[in-house]
Amino acid sequence: MGERAHIVMTTVANGVNVQALLDAREVLKGAPEAAQFTWRASSKWDNGVHSTTKIQPYFGLGAEQNHKTEFVFEADHPETFAAEDNGITPIEYLLVGLASCLTAGVIAVAQNRDIQLRSVTSTVEGHHDIRGILGVDSDVRNGFNDIKVTFKIDADASAQDIEALVAQSQKRSAVFDALTNPTDVTVEVA
Amino acid sequence: MNHGSVERVTTVVVGAGHAGLAASHFLSDRSIDHVVLERGEVANSWRHERWDSLRLLTPNWQSRLPGLRYEGQDPDGYMTMGEVTEFIERFAAVSRAPVRTGANVTSVRRTDDGYQVTSSRGEIRCRTVVIASGACNRPSVPLFHSAVPDSVEQLTPFDYRDPAKLPDGGVMVVGASATGVQLAAELRQSGRPVTLAVGEHVRLPRVYRGRDVLWWMDASGVWDQRYDQLDDLTRARRLPSPQLVGTHERATLDLNTLTSAGVELVGRWAAVRDGRALFSGGLRNMFTLADLKMARLLGTFDEWASENGRDGEVDPPERFAATRVPTSTRLQLDLRSGEIRAIVWATGFRPDYGWLAVPVVDAKGQLLHEGGVVDSPGLYALGLPVLRKRRSSFICGIEDDAREVIDHLARYLAGGSA
Repeated sequence: MGERAHIVMTTVANGVNVQALLDAREVLKGAPEAAQFTWRASSKWDNGVHSTTKIQPYFGLGAEQNHKTEFVFEADHPETFAAEDNGITPIEYLLVGLASCLTAGVIAVAQNRDIQLRSVTSTVEGHHDIRGILGVDSDVRNGFNDIKVTFKIDADASAQDIEALVAQSQKRSAVFDALTNPTDVTVEVA
Repeated sequence: MNHGSVERVTTVVVGAGHAGLAASHFLSDRSIDHVVLERGEVANSWRHERWDSLRLLTPNWQSRLPGLRYEGQDPDGYMTMGEVTEFIERFAAVSRAPVRTGANVTSVRRTDDGYQVTSSRGEIRCRTVVIASGACNRPSVPLFHSAVPDSVEQLTPFDYRDPAKLPDGGVMVVGASATGVQLAAELRQSGRPVTLAVGEHVRLPRVYRGRDVLWWMDASGVWDQRYDQLDDLTRARRLPSPQLVGTHERATLDLNTLTSAGVELVGRWAAVRDGRALFSGGLRNMFTLADLKMARLLGTFDEWASENGRDGEVDPPERFAATRVPTSTRLQLDLRSGEIRAIVWATGFRPDYGWLAVPVVDAKGQLLHEGGVVDSPGLYALGLPVLRKRRSSFICGIEDDAREVIDHLARYLAGGSA
């Protein structure tokens, strides 16, 4: 209770409603079924290796939900792949997911720890040996060999506290987990 | 009376380890008639459920029980399991605890005026029960252990005694708690190739500024933090044991020590797929989290020392090198290749309340209690991690816990409620 009162009183404003997140955490402790979300995307081939993926409905809190609007994502390959470059490559979407997830985590954790942020920027580099996907060498994997994320954070906090923010955001990141731990994936033809 | 033949006492204590015996000590102080039921013999888990080389993580001078202190020649040393057993036996003797050995409790259920306790030595009715059956009754092993190929031998710390019992060849140790790092070091020393799967862990130096790190925990007040003052009690109670070992040299046993000894570190073991172990790619962050937490803890020690004028009696502040990140870490390992001949699951322990027919256990098998006061009138618990304070997880924490819990029990008996 003391901790919550503290958060309400705080003057730190990073634009995250931490109170809502803490409340949700309390509620979901007793209602694990409401915590079961299904995120969805539907994709359609356009031409060549260009496809369009749309995202709007998802399931969560025990009911069908909708994003405020439908979001549309173009995926293609660049001209170095002899493609038309109508959108980013699919594997680049993983970088979008990782950067945005870690950034959201940094902000939420900072809010919860009463740290005022002034700017948070990051660069993400995924190192990729494309001999894997081209079938040049069967010992080379298809996916990233490794990924490097570099944050630049300006905040009212010590270097150590900032490092702790970034560490904690990895610890609670959905995308970091999805990339670093194996996931059971089923692909079938309907 | 329908149950004229049933034995009646005021309090039944389940378990004659340090916690049950401490409960008995304070019950006797208050002349509350009681009996201590013990499935095996006094200090049973210390005798039978530990590996050969294990020594206490706490230095001898911290081994204190109500009315009993370490009086040997080596206050800075660490007790072997034989010595712990003797220490607890001596405590049982000096406190004249009414221990009934070979009395395996098979059920505790509520009655109108208390509890009915059934053990292999008969039935007892009582008004109050103190559960002191321990926190480490069963090794906990991830479900995917069943997907490990049969050619690989699997052990838990309950099965493990010494390296000689394992087949020759590579060993995978899973978990970087005190248990995991100790077994990894010992197996590596036996000449075996050792791979250690590392998840969240607690890094500590054995000695800080010339004093045992647990002296700092004790003196600086960290161990005095109460269960109801902690930000995240669930986390504090689930924390893996710190990477410590009790040796004559008071040597630090962290992941850098293991790397130098030739142990290969991999990320948390996440799954088995097609006979392959898959490890997390998040190892670096596990190191960062542990290094940051250690630095923060040492910082609080330094602050305490300077604020309390203690800097003169200890060495200057120290900082330790970051955990070394291997140049490359394996993300998978073929369990069928013969590289790994045995797996030791140092993935923690859980209590066993299968005998407790009172609905006070949560979905994860943990007892529901507030500082040892269980959510059923007249039912109490002792000897669980961070039961009332951080110190509760160690032998030296039992004195205050047992006194306070038995105080509550006595008030309950006196007033009908507390």
